Amino acid sequence: MTTGSVGTRADHDRRHSAPVKSGQAIPLVPTAILLVGAVYCLIPVLWVVVASTKGPDELFTTFTLAPSFTGGFWDNITDLLAYRDGKFWRWVANTVLYAGVGTVLSVVISALAGYSLAKFRFRGREMVFRLILAGVLIPQITLAIPQYLLLSKVDLVGTYWSVLLPSLISPFGIYLCRIFATAAIPDDMLAAGRVDGAGEYRLFWHVGLPPMLPGLVTVFLLQFIAIWNNFLLPFIMLSDDDYYPLTVGLYALLNQGTSQPVLYTLVVAGSLLSIVPLIVLFLLLQRYWRLDVLSGGLKA
Amino acid sequence: MRTVQRDSADRAQAARPARRRRPQARTAPYVFLFPAAVFFVAFLLLPILYALWLSFRDERVRGAGIVSVREEVFVGLSNYASSLSDSELWASLGRMLVYGVLVVPTMLGLALLFALILDSPRVRMRSFGRLAIFLPYAVPGVIATLLWGFMYLPNVSPIRAAVEQVGLPPPDFFTPTTVFFSVANIAVWGGIGFNMIVLYTALRALPSELYDSARLDGCSERQIALRIKIPLLTPALVMTGIFSLIATLQVFNEPQTLSPLTNVISSTWMPLMKVYNDAFVTNEIYSAAATSVLLAVASLAISLGVLSFLQSRAFGEDR
Repeated sequence: MTTGSVGTRADHDRRHSAPVKSGQAIPLVPTAILLVGAVYCLIPVLWVVVASTKGPDELFTTFTLAPSFTGGFWDNITDLLAYRDGKFWRWVANTVLYAGVGTVLSVVISALAGYSLAKFRFRGREMVFRLILAGVLIPQITLAIPQYLLLSKVDLVGTYWSVLLPSLISPFGIYLCRIFATAAIPDDMLAAGRVDGAGEYRLFWHVGLPPMLPGLVTVFLLQFIAIWNNFLLPFIMLSDDDYYPLTVGLYALLNQGTSQPVLYTLVVAGSLLSIVPLIVLFLLLQRYWRLDVLSGGLKA
Repeated sequence: MRTVQRDSADRAQAARPARRRRPQARTAPYVFLFPAAVFFVAFLLLPILYALWLSFRDERVRGAGIVSVREEVFVGLSNYASSLSDSELWASLGRMLVYGVLVVPTMLGLALLFALILDSPRVRMRSFGRLAIFLPYAVPGVIATLLWGFMYLPNVSPIRAAVEQVGLPPPDFFTPTTVFFSVANIAVWGGIGFNMIVLYTALRALPSELYDSARLDGCSERQIALRIKIPLLTPALVMTGIFSLIATLQVFNEPQTLSPLTNVISSTWMPLMKVYNDAFVTNEIYSAAATSVLLAVASLAISLGVLSFLQSRAFGEDR
């Protein structure tokens, strides 16, 4: 399994540099197709940037792809932030809480379980692994209804816990961690550590964990995005909008917008503000992506 | 893969000194697994068992008038029978099929096309294209639906404006037929990038010497892509196919978020929307549990079936 990060253009070019003959033209058709695809993917993002510059009166009247320079952008942002005493900030903070705390804890749980499944032989290991694979395939709604009913029995529905706790278990994360641990941690090092008398927990911390870290960044990103994007779970669990994450908050705002179109400009501004952090996170962390485990999962 | 892992675990065990195993070495794997096990049981296993339990129960009213009490009783398979004979469920399953037929081939086809382009030599603006196409993955499904929803809305749609400018009648994105394309488009837009990166990563892992000799033999880049790269990509295509299929069976966010903008998306438009509606709007928890168990069994069976079918087709020749 080779490392394959999303970035590193240089090593890509190197692979292809060998057989290039001089005088060959740039392949125009593929380049054009790629650009069309890029434009298709960028248009909605561009549209929201443009639309966020328009006031409520302009959104439905001016040509849609022409930005407005009448200061509507800052008005929209300040309107949004002032909406019901800063409800939007509350949603941002909630989302950061759900995604941040939830992801860190879930990566820790997944890393421990993946390490155990990859590096130990014990009774029930195969059964545990099969259960986890089955867990990957279970549709979320099958879980969400009974999770709601069970959590309501212990009076946790409608609290932060009702969204946080179910996000902590990620069968897919455990599956990935097992693959990373198998590929990255040399058994000889563990064996040598045991000969030297190191305890299993010290071994995990000093020998097992460091080579797993690049893989854990990938699991972190996948899980962070999964929780940040999650809609169904908070939508079902929460009724008080003080606890909403951004996705449910903006959905509620849109729902009200059908009766008060003024709110549409707030939804547009909110959509823009809520995708910025994720895009920044991506650009910062993209070289740590290791998706080779997904594509190679069946090959090895 | 499993054999490889078992070997390495065996070796780890064998390399251990022959003296008596310390008690810590015996308990350690269970300690490492413990947190995952607790949450797996509490939030996966227990809910599934509870859903199964509920699916065999129902509420009946006993007595009459003021003294009547509602009590939960065991009703056998009657929830399943009524769920399976519910025409609304079948209609929503039919709509899901149409949606899946639109989304999965389009999304994977485009993802494959872009991955092959990124992997072919001398194509310009690769970094830009890769980043731009991957960008929608960072946009939550709900937000993506809001963005596209506004682009579909008659009064603000730039697409309609552009078409009108050319002098053609503007398209209506919210008719009972076109709404399938409108919803499918959002899923395709959000899914191409991730699948493209998975396929591209798999392409990069192939040894480039394969292409060198093909090029010397006079193969064009297109022939290399069709005859060498795509066959070797099969495992990655199977993987992305399975994930797309699972996502299709669970489609909920996009149509649910789009429904405030249009009347053509009913509250039971997709199977999961129907389950949600039964459970939380009309409060028929027991039949909702039965329907969700049926959907879970069906999606497990479909994904495992497709997996084993494709695996036997794809790797049968090797054996």
